[in-house]
Amino acid sequence: MVLLIQYTILFACILTLVALGGCFSEHSGVINLGLEGIMVMGAMGGALMMRYLPVGTSAFVVVIATLLAALLLGMLYSALLGIAAIHFKADQTLVGTAMNILGTAAATVIVKSINTINNPDDHSSIVQYIEEKKAFIMNIGGFEFNWMMLVAVIVLIGAYVVLYKTKFGLRLMACGEHPQAADSVGINVYKMRWAGVLISGILGGLGGIMYITAGVSEWKFEYGVAGFGFLSLAVMIFGKWKPQNIALAAVLFGFFRALSNVYFGFDFLVKLNIPSGVYNMLPYVVSLIVLAFTSKHSSAPKAEGIPYDKGAR
Amino acid sequence: MEQSYAIEMLNITKKFPGIIANDNISLQLKKGEIHALLGENGAGKSTLMSVLFGLYQPEEGVIKKDGKEVKISNPNDANDLGIGMVHQHFKLVECFSVLDNIILGVEPNKFGFLKKAEARKKVMELSEKYGLYIDPDAMIEDITVGMQQRTEILKMLYRDNEILIFDEPTAVLTPQEIQELMQIMKNLAAEGKSILFISHKLAEIMEVADRCTVIRKGKYIGTVETANTTMAELSAMMVGRDVNFHVEKKENKPGEVLLSVENMTVASKVHKNNAVKNVSLKVHAGEIVCIAGIDGNGQTEFVHGLTGLEPLVSGKIELCGKDITHSTIRERNVMGMSHIPEDRHKHGLVLDYTLEENLVLQRYFEPEFTNKAGFLKFKNIRKNAERLIEQYDVRSGQGPVTVARSMSGGNQQKAIIAREIDKNPEVLIAVQPTRGLDVGAIEYIHKQLVAQRDAGKAVLLVSLELDEVMDVPDRILVMYEGEIVGEFDPKTTTQEELGLYMAGAKKAEVTV
Amino acid sequence: MKKILKNEAVQSLLTSLICIVVGMFVGYLVLLMIEPSGAAEAIVAVAKNFLGYSRTNMQLKHLGTTLVKTAPLIMCSLSILFSYKVGLFNIGVAGQYVIGSCACMYAALGFGWGWLPCMLFAAVAGGVFGMITGALKAYFNVNEVISGIMLNWIGLYFTNMVLSNVKEAASAYTYTLKAKGKAAILPTMGLDEFFNGNKYVSIAIPLSIIFAILVWVVLNKTKFGYELKATGYNKHAAKYCGMAEKRNVIVSLAISGALAGLAGSFLYQTDIEQWQVTISSVPAMGFNGIAAAFLGGLNPIGAIFSSFFIQHITEGGTHVDLTIYCSQISELISALIIYLCGFVGFLKMAMNTSLAKSEEKKALKAEKEEKGGDK
Repeated sequence: MVLLIQYTILFACILTLVALGGCFSEHSGVINLGLEGIMVMGAMGGALMMRYLPVGTSAFVVVIATLLAALLLGMLYSALLGIAAIHFKADQTLVGTAMNILGTAAATVIVKSINTINNPDDHSSIVQYIEEKKAFIMNIGGFEFNWMMLVAVIVLIGAYVVLYKTKFGLRLMACGEHPQAADSVGINVYKMRWAGVLISGILGGLGGIMYITAGVSEWKFEYGVAGFGFLSLAVMIFGKWKPQNIALAAVLFGFFRALSNVYFGFDFLVKLNIPSGVYNMLPYVVSLIVLAFTSKHSSAPKAEGIPYDKGAR
Repeated sequence: MEQSYAIEMLNITKKFPGIIANDNISLQLKKGEIHALLGENGAGKSTLMSVLFGLYQPEEGVIKKDGKEVKISNPNDANDLGIGMVHQHFKLVECFSVLDNIILGVEPNKFGFLKKAEARKKVMELSEKYGLYIDPDAMIEDITVGMQQRTEILKMLYRDNEILIFDEPTAVLTPQEIQELMQIMKNLAAEGKSILFISHKLAEIMEVADRCTVIRKGKYIGTVETANTTMAELSAMMVGRDVNFHVEKKENKPGEVLLSVENMTVASKVHKNNAVKNVSLKVHAGEIVCIAGIDGNGQTEFVHGLTGLEPLVSGKIELCGKDITHSTIRERNVMGMSHIPEDRHKHGLVLDYTLEENLVLQRYFEPEFTNKAGFLKFKNIRKNAERLIEQYDVRSGQGPVTVARSMSGGNQQKAIIAREIDKNPEVLIAVQPTRGLDVGAIEYIHKQLVAQRDAGKAVLLVSLELDEVMDVPDRILVMYEGEIVGEFDPKTTTQEELGLYMAGAKKAEVTV
Repeated sequence: MKKILKNEAVQSLLTSLICIVVGMFVGYLVLLMIEPSGAAEAIVAVAKNFLGYSRTNMQLKHLGTTLVKTAPLIMCSLSILFSYKVGLFNIGVAGQYVIGSCACMYAALGFGWGWLPCMLFAAVAGGVFGMITGALKAYFNVNEVISGIMLNWIGLYFTNMVLSNVKEAASAYTYTLKAKGKAAILPTMGLDEFFNGNKYVSIAIPLSIIFAILVWVVLNKTKFGYELKATGYNKHAAKYCGMAEKRNVIVSLAISGALAGLAGSFLYQTDIEQWQVTISSVPAMGFNGIAAAFLGGLNPIGAIFSSFFIQHITEGGTHVDLTIYCSQISELISALIIYLCGFVGFLKMAMNTSLAKSEEKKALKAEKEEKGGDK
């Protein structure tokens, strides 16, 4: 039971982080389908940082350095979306898809090359971080508290405050709703969209590192992040692009995901003899059904996905 | 004594590929005056204002503020110089509150955190001072057009703008709201603000403006004091010749009922009430019936219900005596309904298709254009296009293979009209068919509508332009808030009387 | 020269070539960063693929292998471009491909069906998946990209579950058709002999080309294509003139899904690969279809060539020196190429504006000369 709660919270936090990332990008008017790829890149940055930190580094430094590496790489990678979507009016679905494939391919190539250089017989795409990972975790009565959970909560509160209480948030959302209006009052739409995309990169990167440190101590990068970026998008839509709702949606989706990981710990579930595939499918089936009932009146930012052109009016 | 000008635009020339939008235009706005800028659609008014607002850079000419030359390269520069503008299409974020929209871009803040209480105080003060009633916490999507406009005005005042530009502000307002706006503009001028009022409505200009600058086809025609001129003179300056708006037409001989609507109710997409409420009307063979009204009073929804684009809540429609209430759009089209849509880009044309492809949009499935196996007959499509282009004088760069997007608005409209009339309908529904077109095209379209009537068809015209309403139809129905509130004979009624009904000030029980 | 540049097809070809060259070049830079000494050799190996073999018969055999995998890629890219013409981004192509694979393999290994019923079953399964996306779009306004993504994962887990019933006891792979479902192997019609005894070369290859031509004909020559494109360009106008836009959305996604389902059949019914029931990510085939569709300028005939090219470099990736580099370098290159395809619209626009400008200049000059002559 503790395990179920722990995994639910863990997954909910990851989904919240990444979905909030998507939320910032979409509020600025750019659809970010590349979250999956951004997560992979962030995860790789963090994993490599953990691996190369000298043994004996203090836990605090490990956590900070790892997070910094993850968010920086996530941010840099999201710039690919920024350039294409903001300045070159690229089809954002196409670019996002490309970034997802590219993320996994690039991470695999990089990790494999590093592994091969260190040991000519090692052609795997695995990074290990058994010791360093412990820095993230504090055991409280059988419940493994992950410092990332705290990060997620801070980000959640921060996202709410930034979007609804600051000048930046007001301007950001104006760019996603009505960029011409924002432009007419002197807001630089391109700049705000860049901000939105880069923030989504940061949060996606953080979500990525959290994902690969949740439960395991090594990661094979050929696997990518197994659809978590996409699931986060579903969370974002289900949460109607609002941080508070996103958190709730994330808990729901996290629960289903956790169930597929730990259902064998529950006798009655095991007795039902449902293949694990069903649990894996559940979050997607649920979100599909929910979407069917909630999409009639979409609350998506009105100008999302439409490239902004200063000249056209 | 040197005249004191708030802003001067001298010898402005702005070119776009293919056209000169502004050709050596000068405009001088005195401090504290209301100055009208008059010109037809496409005369270059919007371009000139975009230059002033820093959205376009002119090739030639200078702009002076208080006698000193200034460079305006973006809206921020304009704002810094105290220039503000209420755009024709409001630039408001629909899901933001009124207050958020007013402060957007100049938010009072401490370390980036909004100080809304402070903003609210200033907004309410301004609102009281100028009599601009608003609810600061209402969402833009929930409030009336009038309040949206007041929000726009407050946006300018909040920024302490001294030069206020109003771009065709009355087009979307009821006559009462127009009167209020005129008063507001006078108040503002009295407080020392300089106002530039862009319009093509002569009566409004005569009423509110001190001076008027007229441009035509991108060229400067002249500036006159409104006190020393007449509407006729302004009109002549605007169009370059005395226009005979009158459409020649014979006495009509109404025949049988071709279109009959009973108790039609259509839901609104923007608010929770019904947009069309219990409307009944009949259109006979050989007559033109016009639905007049201010924009947004249910005309669009009525037409969508009629043509099948939107479902009815209740009611019954008959076309040539057959019940079509539940017929599909295609069935209605085939049974003899033609529809010249309000928005030619949204509904009327597939802009990325060629002219010839667009000209068969209503008929491509007929045996003439598609064989039994489902293949298109391209030869016949080409022949059809060539015939219609010739017959309706549709001009385009490459004839049938011109991409519709690259054609001028007038010719796009002609293409639609050719397509809709050529399919030989029993009932022709024309919604604002002359919107945004030049005088020549308007005359042409009016003639086509009358020709249809004389050929014994039923024509239903939906129009916002009073001149058109008075001139073209045989019968006028006024629509106000989704209801028919009056029926008139254009020969006996006056614009003033229609106006009262259009504004909801008067209402009659109409029996069909 | 300028007239040629104005031609839409020429522009597409040119921009695609630019994408390819830039993508390969960046791939080369990556190789350089990993290990400079063998980078040039490696990128050449990727580009050469089967041409790297010196003997003609070996070349033919490996060309055959490349073609075997090109056929499903062509189908996937046709699937993408078909729905794209209706204004829909069928990212669910990956899941439709997976479910098609599932259908044909289960029919082959579980039911022991013949090749044609298996193939049709794959098309139907993919079609149903596409139809779900279409129905959600038409009746519930669910964005097809989102529902497609969800269905990709549902399809994957479903397939893993179903095919677990027909897998080898000792491994995670399904039985080979050769062992348990011989009837379902696609006929070769002698093509295998031509490709030097490459027994996987089957009628899937000519069939995929026939499908490409069919799609082209449907889109450009028929009433149905006229309606679909009109809906894609402007769905409001399509509705206005009485086209059944909801039906068109569903039908086009169903067809798109069926094409993707056939892609599954075209790969797995050659028996060249078996399904691994433990895979945890959606196979790249569908996504590569997106790459091929855009690289081919969204033209069915272009898709044939772009699919071949992408498969060519993907196979080429296995020819690099694996002691230094890894084969994923070609995945990286094709992902880069898809990314660059996002810039195609901009490139074309830039080309057209610069052409228009130079034309305008010419016209101005001519005008001036004329005036000069008058004086």
